[in-house]
Amino acid sequence: MNKRLIVHVLSKMMLFEALLLLAPALVSLIYKDYTDTVVFVTVAAFVAVFGAAVILLAKPRDYHIYAKEGFVVVALAWISWSVVGSLPFYISHAIPKYADCLFETVSGFTTTGSSVLSNIEALSKGMLFWRSFTHWVGGMGVLVFVMALISVTENNTMNLMRAEVPGPVVGKLVPKGRSNAKILYAIYLGLTVAEMIFLLLGGMPLYDSIVHAFGTAGTGGFSIKSASIAYYNSAYIDGVITVFMILFGINFNLYYFILIKKLTYVKSNHELRVFLGVVAAAMLVITLNIMPIYKNIASAFRYASFQVAAVVSTTGYSTADFNKWPELSKTILLTLMFMGGCAGSTGGGIKVSRVMLLFESARNKINKLINPRTVKPIKLEGKVVSDETIADFNAYIIMYVLAIVISVLLISVDNFDFTTSSTSVITCINNIGPGLGNIVGPAGNFAHYSTFSKMVLCFDMLLGRLEIFPMVMLLSPTIWKKKFI
Amino acid sequence: MNIVIIGDGKVGTTLSRQLQYEGHSIVVIDNDQNALKNSINSQDIMCVAGNGATIDVQLEAGVNKADLVIACTSQDELNMLCCLIAKKLGANKTIARVRTPEYFAQLGAIKDELGLSMAINPELAAATEMSRVFLFPAATKVELFAKGRVELVEFKLADNSILDYVSLSDLYKKYKIKILVCAVERGSDVFIPNGDFVLRSGDRLSITGLHSEIEKFFKSIGQVVNKVKDVLIVGGGRIGYYLAKQLQTLDMNVKIIEQDIETCKRLSEALPKVTIIHGNGNDHGVLKEEGIESADGFAALTGIDEENIIMSMIAASNNVTKVVTKVNLSTYAEMAEKLGLESIIAPKNVVANNIISYVRAMQNSYESNVETLYKLIDNRVEAVEFVVKQNGKCTGIPLKNLKTKKNMLIACIVRNRKVIFPDGNECILAGDSVILVTTNQRFNDIEDILE
Repeated sequence: MNKRLIVHVLSKMMLFEALLLLAPALVSLIYKDYTDTVVFVTVAAFVAVFGAAVILLAKPRDYHIYAKEGFVVVALAWISWSVVGSLPFYISHAIPKYADCLFETVSGFTTTGSSVLSNIEALSKGMLFWRSFTHWVGGMGVLVFVMALISVTENNTMNLMRAEVPGPVVGKLVPKGRSNAKILYAIYLGLTVAEMIFLLLGGMPLYDSIVHAFGTAGTGGFSIKSASIAYYNSAYIDGVITVFMILFGINFNLYYFILIKKLTYVKSNHELRVFLGVVAAAMLVITLNIMPIYKNIASAFRYASFQVAAVVSTTGYSTADFNKWPELSKTILLTLMFMGGCAGSTGGGIKVSRVMLLFESARNKINKLINPRTVKPIKLEGKVVSDETIADFNAYIIMYVLAIVISVLLISVDNFDFTTSSTSVITCINNIGPGLGNIVGPAGNFAHYSTFSKMVLCFDMLLGRLEIFPMVMLLSPTIWKKKFI
Repeated sequence: MNIVIIGDGKVGTTLSRQLQYEGHSIVVIDNDQNALKNSINSQDIMCVAGNGATIDVQLEAGVNKADLVIACTSQDELNMLCCLIAKKLGANKTIARVRTPEYFAQLGAIKDELGLSMAINPELAAATEMSRVFLFPAATKVELFAKGRVELVEFKLADNSILDYVSLSDLYKKYKIKILVCAVERGSDVFIPNGDFVLRSGDRLSITGLHSEIEKFFKSIGQVVNKVKDVLIVGGGRIGYYLAKQLQTLDMNVKIIEQDIETCKRLSEALPKVTIIHGNGNDHGVLKEEGIESADGFAALTGIDEENIIMSMIAASNNVTKVVTKVNLSTYAEMAEKLGLESIIAPKNVVANNIISYVRAMQNSYESNVETLYKLIDNRVEAVEFVVKQNGKCTGIPLKNLKTKKNMLIACIVRNRKVIFPDGNECILAGDSVILVTTNQRFNDIEDILE
């Protein structure tokens, strides 16, 4: 384990977070909130000086990032960014308890959107901006973000990308890791700006549009209103956000293929078809199911489609308290929470391609039982999936289920009912936001949990965002041994 | 530049690593997923799995927009087919590895039809380098520049050499010989020396100068080596064949030991003047019987690195003047050097050098002016030849007044077909070929040498 290199990369990342903290400082300045400006600038300066000092004092001897270092760097980068990102909330007393500040920031960076705030409007404009900005940065991945701007190490970027970009198989669009990161960020930025403009056209104020576009782009779900998107009570805004939530749940590589006019890749993409198919079916069934509540089909469809998009893309905005919907609808939403968005999107969850792989391998197994001598490989997107990928995938699913079970067990010490405990974990590990039940549902928040449970949920959020392994590796003692084994 | 490499084997990996390091965008195509996985984990490149000779796979790798396609799979026919398709799809330049002697010989006739810009033959290239070593026995390695007019000679300073503790400026004064020490390797360090540099026994020097001056230099420091007349080659593969062929035109007596009888028969047909021995070169007895004690050249060219290293050590212990060892694995090469073997040649590195100088020359037409490039001392020092096309910041100024970067040295200037080994008063003029030696990689233009 090359600890010096890890510290070096982490310090470089610190400098970038300092840079990012200047954005909310500027917002506070615009709104003439000088105390907040000072808070942000102080934290930024402190972090920058600290990072720069470490970079200058401790130079690594070897700049080679192996797979092991890649995973550890990613996990520690997310943790350290969250710790630093939570400081402004704590210093400014916007959120009094430090555990709450950390929960809010982790929830921001991992694009979960679960909140501990009951009165969101009480926070200043600058603080709310920073809270939503973490979504935008975390959506594409903090390391990918830094990689787009500078080269973190000389090569071996795949070891970093693999740990951070969601999905079972990570491919590159162009040979150079850095160009790759730039392309992804350009698409990301483009879509975010597009949504902002559409929201502005719908009469949403500029500040609100920017913040909600951040929330949608990262598929996060922090709103600046306690009532979330329902506050605006506009069918147009609901529609725009619905469409963009789905767009951000789609593999970004496909947008690149559209840009370079390789439409055949997009048309033949199975994952996209399955994703859109499932979304359409879920919208239809829920619309029919909630018809009796909303009386007419148009408004039933409006709420149903918004909620389906919010849950499947793992954004977690809400326009209606789906906690009050019929059990069928609630169960469908819960199921969608597990599936999540496409691989290579900003969404969380297991990912559509993994769900497809699950069904494919089940079908393959059944075929094998019927016809024991058949030789038929498992295919995904028309390509044979290697046995190693399947093994990785199986391990992923096992760890995922195990993580949920253990987490539910741990947070049940707070003595909430089973629905509340289990959906809290599910919503956190899948990076969605709201759970089910009165406490953590769309109308509630996570403030009622004890500090211990909040830390467990923070870990779950990071676990889900980084796809299990980097975080679990941190817990393994052998990784910290000096050499060997 | 966008470069597609088909075949992720020894040569493919060496190339992608080096070209990626020089800042090119590399896509590698191979059938073997595992090989690709290793590459993508250690290099910043893109990989495509599949048959490189199919249009679909080539399009996926972006061959249609590539500046250069290099086909280096294990099969010649496949390489040629890859290049043919790549050219059809719109690749700018193509390079194919063609190693079968018969194909390579007839390539001139079909090169245009295949759309090949260059054909490389690792074995031929390696053999050429080896024959040069036999030709200049005092050196461990010899590189030629400026169309063969300038020699860069690498050799090891003998133990108890009279140059031990002699500084370079004293060396030039004392012996009045016009040679230039371009690079010194000591242990694991490499220096581009200035006048104050003090030599030690065991240093590996790279020197340049006129052939007669270099010979005089070797004489005056007492490292005289007799000409190589009798060469024993173990291993009758392609390199052995090419090497024997080249050495016999240099009037040397060549003997090849090969253990496969069929290969022996083929070789004796193709090389009537060469003595072909059927036997195992690993066997000390066979080597003795075939006169290793009286040979002054020995080349270990079997397919197994370890055997080559051991055989070379046997040869060295029998006081063979020049021992050349073929070693593919670079870690072995390092170890073998530590064990005292001097001339170690890896075909993949020879080929990679050739292609990289081609790539640099290609880029030349866009931005750089590199004519030829050699990598010395385990790729850590580069000798680069530039053609100065027009007057610029470097021209017309005496060299002693040029503020050049550290770790570089102007080795010589070729002007009007004459080689000049410049002193501080010499100027660079337009039209000159300038050869410089540097540890600072990636000079693309003569003006890059300035601070």
